[in-house]
Amino acid sequence: MGRTLLRLATAGSVDDGKSTLLGRLLHDLGALSTDTLEAVQRASTRRGDAGVNLALVTDGLRAEREGGITIDVAYRFFATETRSFILADTPGHEQYTRNMVTGASTADVAVVLVDARAGLVMQSQRHLAIAALLGVGTVIVAVNKCDLVGWDEEVFRTVAKDAQNFAAGLPWPTEVIAVPVSALLGDNVVEPSPNLSWFEGPALLALLESIVAVRPDPVGARMAVQWIIPPDAAAGREARLVAGRLEGGNLAVGQAVMLQPSGRSTTVAGIELFGRPVTNAVAGQAIAVELADDIDASRGELLVAADAATAPTVLDRVEVDVCWMGDRSVQAGDRYLVKHTTRIVRAMVEEVHGRLDIIEGITDHRATVLALNDLGRMTLRLSAPIAADPYASGASTGRLIIIDEATNTTVGAAMIRSAS
Amino acid sequence: MSTLAERHTIPSGTIMPSGTARSSGSGGLDPLDELELLEADAVTIIREVTAECERPRLLFSGGKDSAVLLHLAAKAFAPGRIPFPVLHVDTGHNFPSVITFRDRAVAQYQVSLEIASVQESIDTGRVLEEVGPRASRNRLQTVALLDHLVANRVDVAFGGGRRDEEKARAKERILSFRDAFGQWEPKSQRPEPWDVLNARIRSGEHLRAFPLSNWTELDIWRYIQREQIELPELYFAHEREVFRRDGMLLATEAPLALLPGEKPFTTIVRYRTVGDMTCTGAIASAAVTLEEIIGEVILAEVSERGASRADDSTSEAAMEDRKREGYF
Repeated sequence: MGRTLLRLATAGSVDDGKSTLLGRLLHDLGALSTDTLEAVQRASTRRGDAGVNLALVTDGLRAEREGGITIDVAYRFFATETRSFILADTPGHEQYTRNMVTGASTADVAVVLVDARAGLVMQSQRHLAIAALLGVGTVIVAVNKCDLVGWDEEVFRTVAKDAQNFAAGLPWPTEVIAVPVSALLGDNVVEPSPNLSWFEGPALLALLESIVAVRPDPVGARMAVQWIIPPDAAAGREARLVAGRLEGGNLAVGQAVMLQPSGRSTTVAGIELFGRPVTNAVAGQAIAVELADDIDASRGELLVAADAATAPTVLDRVEVDVCWMGDRSVQAGDRYLVKHTTRIVRAMVEEVHGRLDIIEGITDHRATVLALNDLGRMTLRLSAPIAADPYASGASTGRLIIIDEATNTTVGAAMIRSAS
Repeated sequence: MSTLAERHTIPSGTIMPSGTARSSGSGGLDPLDELELLEADAVTIIREVTAECERPRLLFSGGKDSAVLLHLAAKAFAPGRIPFPVLHVDTGHNFPSVITFRDRAVAQYQVSLEIASVQESIDTGRVLEEVGPRASRNRLQTVALLDHLVANRVDVAFGGGRRDEEKARAKERILSFRDAFGQWEPKSQRPEPWDVLNARIRSGEHLRAFPLSNWTELDIWRYIQREQIELPELYFAHEREVFRRDGMLLATEAPLALLPGEKPFTTIVRYRTVGDMTCTGAIASAAVTLEEIIGEVILAEVSERGASRADDSTSEAAMEDRKREGYF
């Protein structure tokens, strides 16, 4: 009965027709307001485009419209009878890889656009690799401009096979599904097309509606302490509450818990959901917890179920896969800040273990430096321990960002490989 | 824009009546529904940014989005109080009933109110008032806002902006970085992977935080209904004297001079957004209840900004240009 939510990210190289595809999808679904369509019509006429240029629907910045290129992520919201979508339309150009990482980091499904005439190019491989690295469960390779190759089945099959082979060789598992489309003409986007009668799979939209998002099993209760709600004697409130978002399991009053990294044990004396007492909480809820034993928990600590078998591992060195997004390259000895859950610690790069060769799809283990837009692997030594899970667990304890203290910018998105 | 398909596909009968949301001490072990997820996301953002910053403010216009934002801030820190003031950028051309509502909301949520006055910016010569029949103080708000943020050393301002409102907003991060001049540089935004927010800034810079980024107009209305959040009466159908300009119904109550051919008339309208009187248009509507409004939103074919904001139709990149200067 209830509609499901799918988080979707799209990426394509310049001129692959990604913006046109999205414009087509939104248009054919009736998701564009009349004033938006009129604005696109006006802009199309001004640019001298023939007809309505649907690509102008999603490129929202002046520079994007002028340059005909997507620079930063745009978020769109649309829905069908069965599913609502949060779409992150991400740029494909290598220069803007960090923006693709931003958009794809939360995606369940990525759609990578490939121009049928050009086949799988290096940029397509980069998009596949980033999606796989970020743990996006399913990548749809939309082979576009099929009209320009005479609706040829062989062309499609070749792209599909190349994409599947490339993905299979990557160090991170992901499922690849290929779909032929013509975004410009609308073939096989919302409705199946007679021009592609040889294609036995569903149209792109039906595929998006049917994919079951791969969500890892719960890892056990985890709540990073965000904020302390102090007692208020005047209001008759004596308890000190620790607020944060619960994930990975349930939490109940009376349950045995511990705080990491310190390892102090206690029990849950009370749970409040937005100021209202409840007896238990479920994953996803933003709650406030009262702890027994006068435990003085503070921001940056992690509250977990007191079960050694499911608890995160406390580490002061982590091996991570990383998307490097800094203008300055990184190598052993470099110092940064790391933000992991609600905790910020100092970090030194102990070693760079390798860099992914996008052309070959394999890791070059000789690499000792990662430059802007590189994907690689490194070990970080931390000034204070963190309580970590592997990224594959899906928990927020499996990921961290790397911050350059000199500029305050986020220079790395890192995924913890194993936490043992 | 772009949330209309969603509206088309949800029969209004399926909207949850208020009070049936997850409630009671039993907690319930069902997974969260869409609104509960959006609510938890927003609360998490508000807590995180407040913890990382020193001097937050919440931008409160009296409109529906800021009413939802204030409600979420109260939830984020409950049973404690909201640990920062709200800030109203007052153009001096607000609907009087919105000001009444603002003062009531501030009292209800026990939060302190700061006012950045555009009139004061004009009086002190910080800005020059536009002249002519289409003069608006909309753009002047930016100066009053930035002056107030600097004077109070504010390092983060929470705003009720949503990505579905407008194409430049669709590009904005949850945490939007502003340089020492208050400017937004859309071509070099900070990466924002997952939900790990980097709120670090240098002195003199500030952040804008948008906890409602992923909410749609319909989500806002359904949440208002579920939570029974109070709104200014303007949002509900009422009789009003208006005149038609550029396809929009503007209130004669606004300090606007009529152009030749513009004739005041009285009709039943409501407002879909609430902003400065001089540039916020009413729509013809008989919707007097939240249910009826939600029904209208589901069927609407024109986006809310297209329907009711004169300031966005001045050019294709009007919003982007204003945002670059430091607008909301």
